[in-house]
Amino acid sequence: MAKPLVTVRNVFHRYDQHDVLENVSFDVDEGSFVGLVGPNGSGKTTIIKLILGIEKLQEGSIEIFGKPVQQFKNRGHISFVSQKANSFNRGFPATAREVVGMGLSDKTTFFQSSKKNDKRIIKALTHVNMQEFADRNIGDLSGGQQQRIFIARALVSQPELLILDEPTVGIDTDNVQQFYQLLSKLNKELGITLLLVSHDIGTITTQVNDLLCLNKTIHYHGDPGEFEQLSNEERSRFYGHDLHVITHDH
Amino acid sequence: MIEAILNYELLRNTFITGLLVGLIAPLLGAFIVVRRQALIADGLSHVTLAGIAFGMFLQKQSPVVMLTPFHFGMIFSVAGAIVIEKLRSVYQGFQEIAIPIIHSLGVGLAIIFIALANGINTDIFTYLFGSVAAISRKDLILISITAVVVVIFVFILYKKLLALSFDEEFARVSGIRARTVHYVFVILVALVIAASIRIVGVLLVSALMTLPVATSMRVAKSFKQTIWYSILYGEAAVIIGLVSGYYLEIPPGGTIVMTASILLGLTLLVKKINGSGKRGGERS
Ligand SMILES: Nc1ncnc2c1ncn2[C@@H]1O[C@H](COP(=O)(O)OP(=O)(O)OP(=O)(O)O)[C@@H](O)[C@H]1O
Ligand SMILES: [Mg+2]
Repeated sequence: MAKPLVTVRNVFHRYDQHDVLENVSFDVDEGSFVGLVGPNGSGKTTIIKLILGIEKLQEGSIEIFGKPVQQFKNRGHISFVSQKANSFNRGFPATAREVVGMGLSDKTTFFQSSKKNDKRIIKALTHVNMQEFADRNIGDLSGGQQQRIFIARALVSQPELLILDEPTVGIDTDNVQQFYQLLSKLNKELGITLLLVSHDIGTITTQVNDLLCLNKTIHYHGDPGEFEQLSNEERSRFYGHDLHVITHDH
Repeated sequence: MIEAILNYELLRNTFITGLLVGLIAPLLGAFIVVRRQALIADGLSHVTLAGIAFGMFLQKQSPVVMLTPFHFGMIFSVAGAIVIEKLRSVYQGFQEIAIPIIHSLGVGLAIIFIALANGINTDIFTYLFGSVAAISRKDLILISITAVVVVIFVFILYKKLLALSFDEEFARVSGIRARTVHYVFVILVALVIAASIRIVGVLLVSALMTLPVATSMRVAKSFKQTIWYSILYGEAAVIIGLVSGYYLEIPPGGTIVMTASILLGLTLLVKKINGSGKRGGERS
């Protein structure tokens, strides 16, 4: 039933003389909610960039929907919320509606406001509960609201796979909970496959249904519940780093 | 003046060119400003000057050269634009360094060719400060074609340009061919600069591309509005500037840019007065 949307096989990557990924292999199955955790500098963003095709694959293979990543043409199938999404130019004179519209992959021209596009934009904004903010300037919104707009921009092309790179940075704890509810809704109700990068493993293990621990290579791949059962030392070993588990008891 | 415009072809050509330039310069200017490339226009206008001086030098050597200094200005400008884009990919981390490099190269070449072509003469003067009566019918045709090309490209590439200007990484992930779009854009900028030089002059082209946008950004609520208001302010500056330049016998470069500056000052003032009472008038 679960067919892999992304297949990563024996990927190695280096920047200059510096090995960042070594023999990384994993699948992202259709319909799953995959968590990718690892300490700073462990290569999480790098593997994401390789999957998205914005970093050139050096060694190994990556297939997206069964096609080698080098040949894959993204027409809205995969969408992305970047770790740096919030570092845009605050004074940029664009409304939330315009920013979300940037995610539409069809060929819209200057007089783009076709009824159909407008509907899709509003629908994406509604998914993230930001429809009232459509005509507000993007720079005037709070960090958490901006993050929601960027998710709406990623959703508007109706992707099958949504990749999020540390989207909770800069969001306070209350909103983090809401944020995970939103992701879980996207996964369960809209059937979007999610790949979520984080280094907050305490929260992530309670949310995802497939867990990957990366530090240069994959140290753990499997059920997040089983990972929770492990002793602290074992977890640290899998995490590949001294671990300060922030446990979130509810 | 209306009568003069109807009667004198050169004046009429200038006025039509002014209207075209008042449209396309702020149109591209809106993208230049949000990409934080405001200095690119200054760099390329000096490269254009080098081309113009080169054309004058060639004309002096053999009066039968088919291409006019204006044509060489356009060719140099486009070549300069391509070099800027190349340099930008070489210096990934400090992309803005490409502009001062190209700027100084333009000034250096311009000095050499101006000296070779007999030093500063009235012709060069009109290129530096703009002129109300310098546009031949052939120039007008070329400028009109440029304007049509620019408008068509911006129309087609609008969303790609906007997405790339806002967030290049996301734009690339969603399948936009960033390099190609960047090249097309910078070449359009080069063409607009060469076309605008006859009216506002080398020294003030960048002002026509950025001042109306700076003004517009204070009032617009969206990017699309920013474009519309920029064009409105641009046209107002060109029309008022050309008419006053004609009557005061001042090169229009000066009067157009002064008008644009006054519009900016007034807008900021009105914004300040309106914004002081209620929240939301100012964005910080
Ligand atoms: N463009 C680059 N050039 C050179 N080295 C890089 C580049 N990008 C990343 N690196 C290096 O590669 C390693 C992995 O970086 P990466 O961004 O993939 O880590 P990460 O797991 O996403 O970290 P974080 O949790 O801090 O986001 C780091 O040591 C980093 O310094
Ligand atoms: Mg990262």
